Amino acid sequence: MTAPAPGQALRRALGAAFGGAMNLLEAPMRLAQAKLRGGRIGWVFVVPNLSVFGLFTFLPILIDLVYAATGGNQLFPAQRPYVGTANFRALLACRNYLDPNTCTRDLFWHGVYNTAEFVVLQVGFMVGLSLVTALALNRPGRGRGFFRAVFFYPVLLSPVVVALIWKWVLQRYGVLNALLSALGLAPHDWLLNATTAFFWSVFVSIWAHMGFYTLILLAGLQAIPRDVYEAAAMDATPPWRRFRRITLPLLMPSLLVVLVLALIRAVQIFDEVYVLTGGGPGTSTTFLVQFIYQTGFAQQVREYGMAAAASLLLAGVLMALTVLQLRLARPKS
Amino acid sequence: MLRLLDVGKTYGTVSVMRDVSFDVAAGEFIVFVGPSGCGKSTLLRMICGLETVTAGRIEIDGKLANDIPAASRGLALVFQSYALYPHMTVRQNMAFGLENLRTPKPEIERRVAEAARMLRLENLLARRPTQLSGGQRQRVAIGRAIVREPRIFLFDEPLSNLDAELRVEMRAELAQLHRRLATTMIYVTHDQVEAMTMADRIVVLRAGAVEQVGAPLELYNRPANRFVAGFIGSPRMNFLDGHVTASEAGWTTVEIAGVGPIRARGTLRTGTQASLGIRPEHVATVPAGAEGTVNLVRGQVASIEQLGSASFVRLADPALNLQIPGQTDVRFGDEIVVSLPPEHVHLFDDQGAAQPRP
Amino acid sequence: MSGLVGMLTARRGRLARDWTDWASLAYLLLGVLVMFLPVLWLFASSLKSDQALNAFPPTFLPWEPAQVAVPGQPGHLPLMQVTAGPLAGRRLAELRHIGLMAQMLDPARPGRVLPIPVRDLRPVLRLHASWSNFTDLVRRFNFFGYFWNSVLITTLATLITLLINSMAAFALSKYRFAGRDAVFALMLATLMVPPTIVLVPNFLIAARLDLVNSIWGVIWPGVATPTGVFLLRQYMLTIPDDLIEAARMDNASEWRIYWRIVLPLSAPALAVLAIFSVMWRWNDFLWPMVVLNRSSVFTLPLALFSFQGDLQTQWHYLLAMTVLTLLPVTVIFLFLQRSITQGIASAGVK
Ligand SMILES: Nc1ncnc2c1ncn2[C@@H]1O[C@H](COP(=O)(O)OP(=O)(O)OP(=O)(O)O)[C@@H](O)[C@H]1O
Ligand SMILES: [Mg+2]
Repeated sequence: MTAPAPGQALRRALGAAFGGAMNLLEAPMRLAQAKLRGGRIGWVFVVPNLSVFGLFTFLPILIDLVYAATGGNQLFPAQRPYVGTANFRALLACRNYLDPNTCTRDLFWHGVYNTAEFVVLQVGFMVGLSLVTALALNRPGRGRGFFRAVFFYPVLLSPVVVALIWKWVLQRYGVLNALLSALGLAPHDWLLNATTAFFWSVFVSIWAHMGFYTLILLAGLQAIPRDVYEAAAMDATPPWRRFRRITLPLLMPSLLVVLVLALIRAVQIFDEVYVLTGGGPGTSTTFLVQFIYQTGFAQQVREYGMAAAASLLLAGVLMALTVLQLRLARPKS
Repeated sequence: MLRLLDVGKTYGTVSVMRDVSFDVAAGEFIVFVGPSGCGKSTLLRMICGLETVTAGRIEIDGKLANDIPAASRGLALVFQSYALYPHMTVRQNMAFGLENLRTPKPEIERRVAEAARMLRLENLLARRPTQLSGGQRQRVAIGRAIVREPRIFLFDEPLSNLDAELRVEMRAELAQLHRRLATTMIYVTHDQVEAMTMADRIVVLRAGAVEQVGAPLELYNRPANRFVAGFIGSPRMNFLDGHVTASEAGWTTVEIAGVGPIRARGTLRTGTQASLGIRPEHVATVPAGAEGTVNLVRGQVASIEQLGSASFVRLADPALNLQIPGQTDVRFGDEIVVSLPPEHVHLFDDQGAAQPRP
Repeated sequence: MSGLVGMLTARRGRLARDWTDWASLAYLLLGVLVMFLPVLWLFASSLKSDQALNAFPPTFLPWEPAQVAVPGQPGHLPLMQVTAGPLAGRRLAELRHIGLMAQMLDPARPGRVLPIPVRDLRPVLRLHASWSNFTDLVRRFNFFGYFWNSVLITTLATLITLLINSMAAFALSKYRFAGRDAVFALMLATLMVPPTIVLVPNFLIAARLDLVNSIWGVIWPGVATPTGVFLLRQYMLTIPDDLIEAARMDNASEWRIYWRIVLPLSAPALAVLAIFSVMWRWNDFLWPMVVLNRSSVFTLPLALFSFQGDLQTQWHYLLAMTVLTLLPVTVIFLFLQRSITQGIASAGVK
């Protein structure tokens, strides 16, 4: 019974601090208001946001263009020689586009192919699993909140933590191999084999992100009015048909949003896989963003131009996906 | 107190208000009335400064107010939606404006307490708006205006969200409040009954222009045009269209197709289009055999509504409503004869303007 | 296949239980195992000593060989259980073993050396939680430093994010001014520019502004989020304009309208953005890795990542540090689970 008192005191103190801070701006804002009549005071409210945007989003796009068109390894654009499209040409030069090893920048092409493969597998399985999980969570029953929380929990974890958890499970003398041994199966060096390392990269990133999409789909399911189902029950609709003809169409908007969001995220895969495998073995789990990071920051000779050029190519893909997302989002909002 | 001179409003290229002029005297209760979308809210918001004035002048106490910000005009507005701050208690809602003016705490306390007493809100001061009934919210909204002690109260359809019974009650309370405070009030409504019962003077608006300004009965008895005649009064005035066949010595005869000639006071040019208006309560039934009076109309009863204290009969061909005091034995389908007493017939020209009656 | 069908067609509000309920329950339970066991395993492992970690097959609980002090012998000797022979059932300390024979001492009567075949001995195990993994971490490594950096970055960045995004959202939803729609379109366009593709230029800008190796270098680039502006704007559009005009009539300045009326009424949307911001910031990895390269300014994920390079063989520290990193998030989630999941779900639906 004494607990609320300190809580309330804290809340009041925070409120007072907030009010005090806000009051500091009262005088300058009144002045601005007197100068800017009508809606033009709105500019004052957007300017802080807009300046950060300008400095760290719009300006960088321009600089990206400058970097992509210049060579050398100097950071400051003024000291960089102009090379035109040489960076792009180097990135895109291949004798046989189906075989990354014949490309001038074979790491880039490994990244491209790995990323493409990763996106297809990860997004496909993750959205499918999220849908199944959301459907299961949407049923009545005890402990749904608990289950939902468990599925969502990994979303909150740092990618480094996620990767270390699984690295520990998958290591040569880890618990997975112990279980396999107990079942009489042969243990593996999961992360030292190209195929299994790729599989676990996909698996771990699904494990880490699935809960988020499940939650969105679950909200979509719960927004479907119940009387629609009751009407279907009156018509004696068989279950599979009910799913195909009612649930799926009504869930489609959420499903599309989830699909595009997952695509946008998957194309940028880096964090957890980089910590898990370091991109290896060899180049088997090296993705596009890792190429950008390594080329720009982790090499002895930092090739900012090459990294920027690769960024711009990635930006093209993301832009297409985002336009798709906005298209899909529009009719709803 | 308040003067509007040729006030106009355009949104981009769309003109929604033009040439609005009238004066409001101190202590008056003025009602703006008009159909939906005619610009009542826009006019009110221009007066209180929430909307810019694009033409003309608004003067408050003789000073040009066009460019004075809303907060500095000393007016208080009660919104149709009440616009109570949902995250504040009733007390905080009423005190917020005074706090913004840095009014001393005790003074705020005093004014809030007084307004609360006046509006019987004392027991609700600690509640949030969501915990109040519609009528209580309404009173808080009024209370928020009262504590500011404004020069003019502005109300934008304050009763439209209440049910019929509460509306009648609040109407009386507002009238009482006006008597008590004796402050100028401007009140917007599209309900002509509200306008008739509350107003000292009514401003009738249509499509962004003032149709007529006057005391309620003045508008009722001498509408300036066909629009005001139709808008004020319930049940609505009957209109009959025809053309002028004769006009002399202050009397005009209008030939109505299917009815015959009807005489009314006023002068119009022969041959022009004209219309006649007569209120349902002025249409009189004529007992069989008493024919010979002027302006007789024969019609078939299309419907009857018996309210006990009065009866409403609708004739078809020509369409004519009549209100008969008490009860009637007229039956559906009967053919009856009614008369339109000339002293009650309003004459409108082809533009709808009422012709002066001596 | 038909099982899947039944599960897929599941719906709420049915009364009779049938096998599809059991199928979905089984699926969820399996899910719990996959989602949660690795984390539990991490927690359990973090309490093991370096020695216990190397045992294969591993045990779930931190069992490790027991040791005893024997009078007359320096240090501790491993404790063994005799499984066969005349001394079966006794617990003896192992002095040394030569070939297949071990020389054993009875801790109670250490005078006599007992020779026993090695195959008749089994180490005695005891439960021992190595809290020293954690205390060492705090003592020998700058754990609290990293923790503080992370907290500072997360808090400051979230506060600034909430402030400037809500200001912009307020202007974009409640004012009409020339250029408003252009500003909004521009912000929406930046949805297409995720941080990964401006990595290099942002590093240049951070370098120019002298923000490299400063927490502000981590904070600034991400505080203006188009998602945040969009989310808040959509919410503020639902606040009636009448309220704002009422406040204006009440003599409130525009700034006061913003923080006394609009901000409190946007609390639900602000909470959602706060959750997102905290999540992004606490877990952020790539950009901090680019802009911070002095270990004194490292955030927890960075420290953890650099440790996994340096301490590859010292898993006991690495696991303990991983646990400490995920602990705050876990505790917060335990308390705010419902509001966090609901908040994110509501944002996702929009
Ligand atoms: N921002 C605007 N831009 C363009 N036209 C507007 C704007 N606001 C109002 N109008 C127009 O101005 C006219 C008057 O609107 P106003 O709200 O004043 O009507 P009203 O008489 O109060 O109606 P109601 O009885 O429905 O409240 C309407 O035709 C409306 O469409
Ligand atoms: Mg209106």
